[in-house]
Amino acid sequence: MSRTYYDNNMKEMLIPKLGIVTDIRVDTPDIKTFRVTGLDGGVCFSHIPGQCAMLSIPGVGEAMFSIASSPTNKDYMEFSIKKCGCLTEWLHQMDVGQQITIRGPYGNGFPVEADLKGKNLLFIAGGIGLAPLRSVIKYILHYRENYGKIDIVYGARSADDLVYLEELQNEWNNVENVNVFLTIDREQEGWTGHVGFVPNYIKELNFDADKTALVCGPPIMIKLTLAALAELGYDKKQVFTTMELKMKCGIGKCGRCNIGSKYVCKDGPVFRCDQLDELPDEF
Amino acid sequence: MQRVSVLIELIRERAQKLLEDGIVNRVIGWKKGEFFYDRTPAVFQASDDLSELIYDGFCSANLSKYLIQENKKDGKILALLKPCDTYSFNQLIKEHQINRENVYILGIGCPDMLDINKIRGKGIKGIQKIEENDDELIIDTLYGQRKCRREDVLLEKCLSCKGREHVAYDELVIGDLRNDLTIENEAMSDSASGKNPYEMVEKIEAMTPDERFAFWRSELSKCIRCNACRNVCPACTCIKCIFDNDRSGIASKANTDTFEENMFHIIRALHVAGRCTDCGECSRVCPQQIPLHLLNRKVIKDINEFYGEYQAGADTETVGPLISYKQDDVEPDIIMRKGGHK
Amino acid sequence: MMFKINKDRWPELFSEISRDRELYMPIEKAGQIQFEKWNVDAKVRLDQLNTVKSPKDFFFPQSENIVAFKTKGKNISIFENHDESRPFVVFGVRGCDAASFKILDRVFLAEPVDTFYKTRRENATVITLSCNEPEETCFCSIFEIDPVDPAGDIETWVIDDVLYWKSITEKGHALTDDIKKLFEKADQQDEEKIYNHKEKVKDIISKLPLQNLNINEIFKNNSMLEIFNSSKWKELSQPCMGCGTCTFICPTCHCYDIRDFDTGHGIQRFRCWDSCMYSDFTRMSHGNPRSSQLERFRQRFMHKLVYYPENNDGAFACVGCGRCISRCPVSMNIVKVAKALGVKDDE
Repeated sequence: MSRTYYDNNMKEMLIPKLGIVTDIRVDTPDIKTFRVTGLDGGVCFSHIPGQCAMLSIPGVGEAMFSIASSPTNKDYMEFSIKKCGCLTEWLHQMDVGQQITIRGPYGNGFPVEADLKGKNLLFIAGGIGLAPLRSVIKYILHYRENYGKIDIVYGARSADDLVYLEELQNEWNNVENVNVFLTIDREQEGWTGHVGFVPNYIKELNFDADKTALVCGPPIMIKLTLAALAELGYDKKQVFTTMELKMKCGIGKCGRCNIGSKYVCKDGPVFRCDQLDELPDEF
Repeated sequence: MQRVSVLIELIRERAQKLLEDGIVNRVIGWKKGEFFYDRTPAVFQASDDLSELIYDGFCSANLSKYLIQENKKDGKILALLKPCDTYSFNQLIKEHQINRENVYILGIGCPDMLDINKIRGKGIKGIQKIEENDDELIIDTLYGQRKCRREDVLLEKCLSCKGREHVAYDELVIGDLRNDLTIENEAMSDSASGKNPYEMVEKIEAMTPDERFAFWRSELSKCIRCNACRNVCPACTCIKCIFDNDRSGIASKANTDTFEENMFHIIRALHVAGRCTDCGECSRVCPQQIPLHLLNRKVIKDINEFYGEYQAGADTETVGPLISYKQDDVEPDIIMRKGGHK
Repeated sequence: MMFKINKDRWPELFSEISRDRELYMPIEKAGQIQFEKWNVDAKVRLDQLNTVKSPKDFFFPQSENIVAFKTKGKNISIFENHDESRPFVVFGVRGCDAASFKILDRVFLAEPVDTFYKTRRENATVITLSCNEPEETCFCSIFEIDPVDPAGDIETWVIDDVLYWKSITEKGHALTDDIKKLFEKADQQDEEKIYNHKEKVKDIISKLPLQNLNINEIFKNNSMLEIFNSSKWKELSQPCMGCGTCTFICPTCHCYDIRDFDTGHGIQRFRCWDSCMYSDFTRMSHGNPRSSQLERFRQRFMHKLVYYPENNDGAFACVGCGRCISRCPVSMNIVKVAKALGVKDDE
């Protein structure tokens, strides 16, 4: 597993930097993607795919968000944020040019330079879950020759809830040895693609068990997907997923995200599924 | 403990019988802890061993608070309530927090509760065993035997006991603990030493505003915002307390030594005004021994003066003066007529 | 080198120490004994075993400013307004509290280091005080803490109104050198007196009721998930009111919250103590993984007795100070939990 990487230029991990929102794209009715740069342009800090950052608006709140862009992008960082609470509501109504505070990177990220190197990869995501995986996908596409075959299975409630549709259908699908499979939960007028829940789709697609799977989405989807992968012969050690618990400090000290002997902000949020078995059932 | 030790046998017997007859399916009482004086509230199921159920001078916890959650569960629960606890119970019935049918009250006699902090305050450490001999406590400690008078180490609230009559019960188990239901109960004359509950309140009222401010700032500066007082109070039943609500503007957990932080206690006293039965739990549980009951007693004293004598929880019918309107209710300028600073 | 100084000269000693540094010690204020700043009128009380609030406050304060913001339109300005830390001395720390600092160190000084905490630790000189009258609620010895020779920068004993003083670390030597002109050297008689006194206290400790709690045995034979799923939690958590008193007075509890406060002319971001016992501690926008008091109660004790030791070479996050035992409103405490869990379900 990749070692947690911190930005050692920060004097104190709890004091944030300033960032500015340079672009806002509406992806779905409740998801927007924000582009953030430092005040002088460029990224605020470097990161590993899968890591997160704490964004805040002073007086409104602070929360942890996955960095949806790859570290190979030095011009800006992207965050895809779903509107579901006080802070996210505020973020959704802000304009371009708004300054925010940002601190990070936090978490352990996906082992792109270790366990995943040279392997065939199977990305499985549901809804907003594609956001953290996007940073991995873009990284891997940048260093294409270091990785094997790539399959992406992505589903959402409806066609209007699919994020990154443009990239999925018109960019990634066109790269050699990359296959994209999309699905939506229920029939919808105008949708000619697959209809069905992601876990069932996985079983239908009947993948070989020679891949390393990366799964991210709502807890129920992850649970059923893991069961589907097990049916296809996947061992728990081949499957990575991300966990989400409320986080405050981001550095494994305040105790909020503590589960078992792990801190999700520090030892996670990326876990291999056999490691999850060792944790108490509190997530 | 002689009189109480007889009582506990009676209580266990009754509880056992009620469980066996299926009238109740569980009992809430107290369980013995690690030390001679430590008693934890506990729920005993029908299958549990009632020999663990204990009752003595250290069982001061007001079990009415637990009934709020417990009475929502299946079946009837047997509750052991002391006289002062029953006032809280009635108040909760009035507020529809407890369904009377789900609780069977065993009104138990009270020997006046002891305060372990007062015992420790006498320099008695390393307590191994406590025995009662009439009005004296004989304490075996790691540093030798100590003695003290029982009445010197009673809980503050017991010094001005409201009376030994239970105001709500299905059955009484009193034993011979100085209770006689045939005598008209005058709250003061029956109590342990008949202390005026408003004695300290009057002292504080007589202070100048500066002295009073200094007194309360000094006491409240000890507060660590642990919220024990709020959580133990039977009147504090809000599902989401205003102090837990980020949007209220007063949810600060910072506990800095500012006047704003000290307002927590004053705000809470006003929120429970008219519903506080003066059960004294707040002061008992405060780890810093802040005399919080004085704030509540001041409110009760004022209510008595303005609207006539009123004891919250004395019955389940009387509507409290703060939630009823009468033509002759005092006008707000009473504050000026009383002298402004009182 | 052991020094000594008589009680009548202690004000001189404290005065000398507080010339260049802030000096804190157990002082009586409004009827309670707390660690307060010493001044010449202070009522010093070294006879009380434990203060109610533990001295973790010196390194991990109940509230502290992290950073301030001013917003104007879409712009934000950041002001670092963290309180400066100055060198200070904490006197009269018991063995249990001194050991709690080591437990907090493992959390706050782990990567990434909490610089606020680190600065305060570096600025502090800890003077421990040996216990004369352990109480029935003490059980520090089961965590291998020595209350008779409590580890600190400087160790002290009070016997018959004489303060005996021995510096141990570099920091301790530095402070002692500054003030040693006030001391007398302890002689052979003194050494014997101290030895006899220590033996007497050790004897008392061996008679303490919680002395025999074999905590390692209790937790060695059960796996984390076995303990987690024990049926005992229901009974144990039943009286718990979730008030948080235990977490606030415990010298090793360290959960905190980060909040923003609107000062009227800006936003102050600060850190403050929080409690895993509170109902909204783990609440997220899509639910609460610990929605019942049982789960929260279990989390606190699992963290102290199982999770923390797993991450820290078997060290328990408890020092046996006994504060939770004497202060819990419903008399629930870590000893009862440990004992209940030590008995297997099928026994």
